[in-house]
Amino acid sequence: MLSRTADNLYWLARYVERAEYLARILETTQRLTALPLAYVGESNEWVTAVATAGCSNAFFAIHDEANEDTVTDFLAFSTANPSSIRSCFEAARHNARSVRTALTVEMWEAINGTWLELRRYGNQPASREELTRFLQWVQGSSLRFDGSAYRTMLRNDAYWFSRLGVYTERADNTARILDVKYHLLLPADEHVGGPLDYFQWSAILRSVSALTAYHWVYRESVKPWLIADLLILNEQMPRSLASCCENLEQNLDRIANAYGRQGPAQRQARTIRTRLKNSRMDDIFRGGLHEFIGSFIADNNRLGAAITQQYLS
Amino acid sequence: MALAFDEMKGADGQVRPAYVELATWLGEVRPDVLDYRRREAELLFRRIGITFAVYGEAEAQERLIPFDVIPRILAAAEWDTLRRGLEQRVKTLNLYLKDIYGRREVLRAGIVPDDLVFQNPVFRPEMNGQKVPHDIYVHIAGIDIVRVDADTFYVLEDNARTPSGVSYMLENREIMLRLFPELFSRHRVAPVENYPDELLATLKSVAPDTAPGDPTVALLTPGVYNSAYYEHSFLADKLGIDLVEGSDLFVKSGIVYMRTTQGPKRVDVIYRRLDDDFLDPLEFRPDSALGVAGLMSAYQAGNVTLANAVGTGVADDKAIYSYMPEIVKFYLGEEPILKNVPTWRCREAEHLAYVLDHLDELVVKEVHGSGGYGMLIGPAADKAQIAAFRTKLKLDPKNFIAQPTLALSTCPTCVEAGVAPRHVDLRPFVLTGRDKIRIVPGGLTRVALKQGSLVVNSSQGGGTKDTWVLDR
Repeated sequence: MLSRTADNLYWLARYVERAEYLARILETTQRLTALPLAYVGESNEWVTAVATAGCSNAFFAIHDEANEDTVTDFLAFSTANPSSIRSCFEAARHNARSVRTALTVEMWEAINGTWLELRRYGNQPASREELTRFLQWVQGSSLRFDGSAYRTMLRNDAYWFSRLGVYTERADNTARILDVKYHLLLPADEHVGGPLDYFQWSAILRSVSALTAYHWVYRESVKPWLIADLLILNEQMPRSLASCCENLEQNLDRIANAYGRQGPAQRQARTIRTRLKNSRMDDIFRGGLHEFIGSFIADNNRLGAAITQQYLS
Repeated sequence: MALAFDEMKGADGQVRPAYVELATWLGEVRPDVLDYRRREAELLFRRIGITFAVYGEAEAQERLIPFDVIPRILAAAEWDTLRRGLEQRVKTLNLYLKDIYGRREVLRAGIVPDDLVFQNPVFRPEMNGQKVPHDIYVHIAGIDIVRVDADTFYVLEDNARTPSGVSYMLENREIMLRLFPELFSRHRVAPVENYPDELLATLKSVAPDTAPGDPTVALLTPGVYNSAYYEHSFLADKLGIDLVEGSDLFVKSGIVYMRTTQGPKRVDVIYRRLDDDFLDPLEFRPDSALGVAGLMSAYQAGNVTLANAVGTGVADDKAIYSYMPEIVKFYLGEEPILKNVPTWRCREAEHLAYVLDHLDELVVKEVHGSGGYGMLIGPAADKAQIAAFRTKLKLDPKNFIAQPTLALSTCPTCVEAGVAPRHVDLRPFVLTGRDKIRIVPGGLTRVALKQGSLVVNSSQGGGTKDTWVLDR
């Protein structure tokens, strides 16, 4: 297939995934800030939200203060922010239009329908209720798109490239949450927080839709080091780094089998996966959680670059 | 202006044979049913994403072309005449182009004035003496036809560069089949759905001799911002070929390749929907980011076929148009089956004098214009517009031709107040391959939705209809 087609499919999937992630960040931040200060401490959650979205620099270049209005506008509706939900859907639809012939009718209708609907939402939600509805709709749209891809696409390179987009983006998103909140996730003896952090912890889980999963896996009340274990090493957890890497490796292998050739992207994916498989949480904490996540983000970016180099350009 | 010929009711008000069933049906169908179906059709078009971008309208960047649900019907005998006339016309265009870029007998015989060719901005000196595969220049032609009475069809315009609209022909039929199965069952309508297969066969048949047995065909688009982008992706999809942009292609050692996830792949035939000017920044506009550097050299080396060929504009130019009847006779020794609209060439003093005297009753067009832009429709213009145009015309008479305001035929059409006659034209598509000429029975009917309007261009508010050619 054309490299540009593969590139468009890859980014189409990334943009949709990113839009959903941003919606989750906004939703959890809204919940946290609705709690009385006594439960969550005095940190400015809106600043954290911008950091978790990975766009602090761009945000503070435009706004002096991070508060509900400015952050919601920037992350959800702003056209000045190339990574806002609106911009993500616009870019996704633009990509979809460029590769119209590589999409199934269902996928096209899902993304085109989302784009048409997006125009009906104004730039400023009239109320919190409306914003909540909007954020729910964003997540629903992403599910619909992902579901239609899963159910209707031929299992060939087009599908595998779009999956690569999903998992590269997802791995990056989960790693960012961990990166911003790592200090809340240290083992008990090093932990500097207190009961205040409980709501922060559940917010982290909620932002990767894993609150229920946590309880099923650990059958315990929420413990920070277990959250780290769930989001980093647990391959059953669809948004964990381990699960994303497993999927990246598998989809790259399918492409290599179909094309009859392995390359740097496959090797890079295998290296990352092996490193995760051989890691234990104790070692990760000992070596420094922050450092571990930082190097994962760098590795994941390198993998993205290798995929681009090998197939998409 | 004479009273327009209505294709359903004829000159005498009697329903013409091809329309008998439709007239009966229109009498039976309830207005709200018709209206409901119309809205359903619009919804379908919107959902499929068939849109059309209008240049200079940022607001309406993606607009639907209005679709009229009442089909336009042609009898088998009418189509037969059209088909023969179209074949003759397109055969002539190809012979003429081979001659212009070759021996130039038509110029030596004095049929066409030299300057109309050599001073024409769409003439391509790069093509002089260039052999094109199988001597075919115009593989895909869209010939615009208008009708003025029961027997007379005129060619209004030859489109020999990158004619568009065929996706509407196909989608209109698809939607009509979905919405009005009962109406189809009362007719025997010749199918058009094999057009993509015919196009692919045509394109493969003209691959260069150096291409492998099963040549690789790609469709080259200027990209998503082009007004016809939907059509490009639609056709690529139906043909099962790659839809490429300039940046997807590169040329190495005189061979064109596309960049794929499995490395470079040779391309043998390019159905290009990109104008000559933008094809190759090394040969034409150096600022073109849409083309492929070196494409012309690969083309000249005979390693790739471009459909249509480079430089075909010098055949469909409005200045050349008026000479077409003589050109047909010159190459084929036959009388033209399809007539030209009577045309005054403002380059000739007598003609210009006549035109200046009759501006209020003529349609005056720019020789190189298209899409209904830059023209004067005398009867519809006010004094100031006519005066302004007169100045333009006097400054550069060579740049204009004039034609009588034709009473284009009308067809029944859904309008606010029910069903009423509206003016139509027709663009059939003619495919020329190495083996034969292929024409699917039908084409794109465009309709001027405003009462009395003669402008059918989609960029100016025209709509489309499904076109039915009856099998008998």
